[in-house]
Amino acid sequence: MTMDYAREILQGSPRAVARLMSWLEDEDERAYPVMEEIYRHTGKAYILGITGSPGAGKSTLTDKLTRTIRRKGLSVGIVAVDPSSPFTGGAVLGDRVRMSELSIDPGVYIRSMATRGFLGGISKATADVVKVLDAFGKDVIIIETVGVGQDEVDIIGLADTTCLILVPGLGDGIQSMKAGVMEIADIFVVNKADRAGADQVVAEVCARVDQDSHIKVKDWTPPVLKTVAVEDQGLEELWQAIDGHRAMLEKTGKLHEKRRERICNETLRMIHNELFRVVREQLQDSGQLDNLVTDILDHKRDPYSIMREITGKWISLPQHQKETS
Amino acid sequence: MAKKIKIIVAKPGLDGHDRGAKLLSRIFAEAGMEVVYTGLRQTPEMIVETALQEDADVVGLSSLSGVHNYFFPKVVELLRAKGLDDVLVVGGGIIPREDYEGLQKAGVNAIFGPGTPTTEIVEYIQKNVRER
Ligand code: B12
Ligand SMILES: Nc1nc2c(ncn2[C@@H]2O[C@H](COP(=O)(O)OP(=O)(O)OP(=O)(O)O)[C@@H](O)[C@H]2O)c(=O)[nH]1
Ligand SMILES: [Mg+2]
Repeated sequence: MTMDYAREILQGSPRAVARLMSWLEDEDERAYPVMEEIYRHTGKAYILGITGSPGAGKSTLTDKLTRTIRRKGLSVGIVAVDPSSPFTGGAVLGDRVRMSELSIDPGVYIRSMATRGFLGGISKATADVVKVLDAFGKDVIIIETVGVGQDEVDIIGLADTTCLILVPGLGDGIQSMKAGVMEIADIFVVNKADRAGADQVVAEVCARVDQDSHIKVKDWTPPVLKTVAVEDQGLEELWQAIDGHRAMLEKTGKLHEKRRERICNETLRMIHNELFRVVREQLQDSGQLDNLVTDILDHKRDPYSIMREITGKWISLPQHQKETS
Repeated sequence: MAKKIKIIVAKPGLDGHDRGAKLLSRIFAEAGMEVVYTGLRQTPEMIVETALQEDADVVGLSSLSGVHNYFFPKVVELLRAKGLDDVLVVGGGIIPREDYEGLQKAGVNAIFGPGTPTTEIVEYIQKNVRER
């Protein structure tokens, strides 16, 4: 049975969506013609990033925020990323545990993804999976990143609004947080505000935000909110803040700018990946790579001149010769 | 990118015994699979929707409270109704021998009781999982 995946997806088949997402994760070539067809239906969804340290309550918050958004009559897509084991390649994807009841809401589609060796806090195919949900007609798409520590900030390249989830009891965590992580937040959320020390974290973050505003003038001062995700407290306020950020982005033209930059980076990255794949395949299949590595090991050649030689050859050759060289 | 076996591990009903399910989740991940653990108190509808959205190759059900004869066939029935008839369904937990045949007739592919070496479970899945 051959199925017209693009049509099925646009007509609302979750099964076609699910299979396309698997192909994208596997880098299976069957995905690309379908993506080409559905691409013009993307760009409508609003994309949220939920990030923060492991166990901060990202999944619980995603569950409750989704219910809040559903009450506004909007549909939601969720992409929940968890780490793959670098040793076995396997993964336990546990985010759904906090979102059980959403799985039977027809207005919600949840997909769990493993990082598969990708280091930025999301996986390589996350951006593609978001596009599928967008074309599928989800109004809001929430990306839950893996529990991040320091540098996993790829989410800002993907999300329109990024929420950084903090919790009480980080000690002097805010001070020690790397600048990069604090800077990705459009909205700060201090979750587990039922625990002692929440106000202190809020005060520290506010001080930090205030400092930042003296260093650099911005259109947006990130609000600092308190939530108790397990008790569904503070979620309406969070949604209002997200809406406020979105309104600012739209009014100032920043949303357009952001998306333009995203498309630019994405396009370059896709070209990069494909070029690399083709060149590597040719070098490997012809046995040339093996010989080159041996030459380098024996100090007959150096990798720098080889890099220039090979890229030079590929860039100057007319297309039809590249396939056979 | 190599294809990975994607498996749902679910606890249907009100059964709170989750040690086996959690242990198996880790074992499957160790074997290189991507495991979606759903947690406790799953209805058959939740399990089947999860399998659908995740494009799961395998659904693993764990029951230690004697509700397998209702829940396992129900999950198979709903999977079939959604067109997911190539999904491998395996189960385990406290399941009396005399129930095995009925469950298998209802479409559960295999049952593994307490004391089964986990390597046997992993091998069974690797051998019987569908191609995508
Ligand atoms: C530990 C335990 C508990 C712990 C559970 C802790 C937890 N979070 O899991 C506690 C103390 C909380 C508990 C409570 C109860 N328990 Co209890 N418990 C046990 C006990 C001793 C061991 C279970 C266990 O963890 N085994 C270890 C794991 C690794 O083994 P496993 O789950 O069987 O998994 C293996 C296989 O079955 C298989 N497998 C399991 N799941 C799956 C899934 C898939 C997909 C596959 C492929 C394979 C597979 O692979 C595993 C590896 O070989 C059993 C007795 C027994 N010997 O089994 C009773 C037992 C299950 N409990 C029982 C009972 C009655 C209860 C209570 C109702 C007692 C009470 N009156 O309060 C409560 C109910 C709790 C609840 N909410 O459901 C009965 C169930 C009787 C029945 N089915 O008819 C048992 C059998 C004891 C008995 N002989 O009476 N229990
Ligand atoms: N006290 C309290 N506990 C919470 C709150 N929100 C979440 N939790 C608990 O924190 C634990 C972790 O929650 P998750 O939602 O799984 O956290 P997470 O950030 O998604 O975790 P990872 O995905 O593993 O990084 C769970 O036991 C939740 O019940 C809260 O507001 N207050
Ligand atoms: Mg989580």
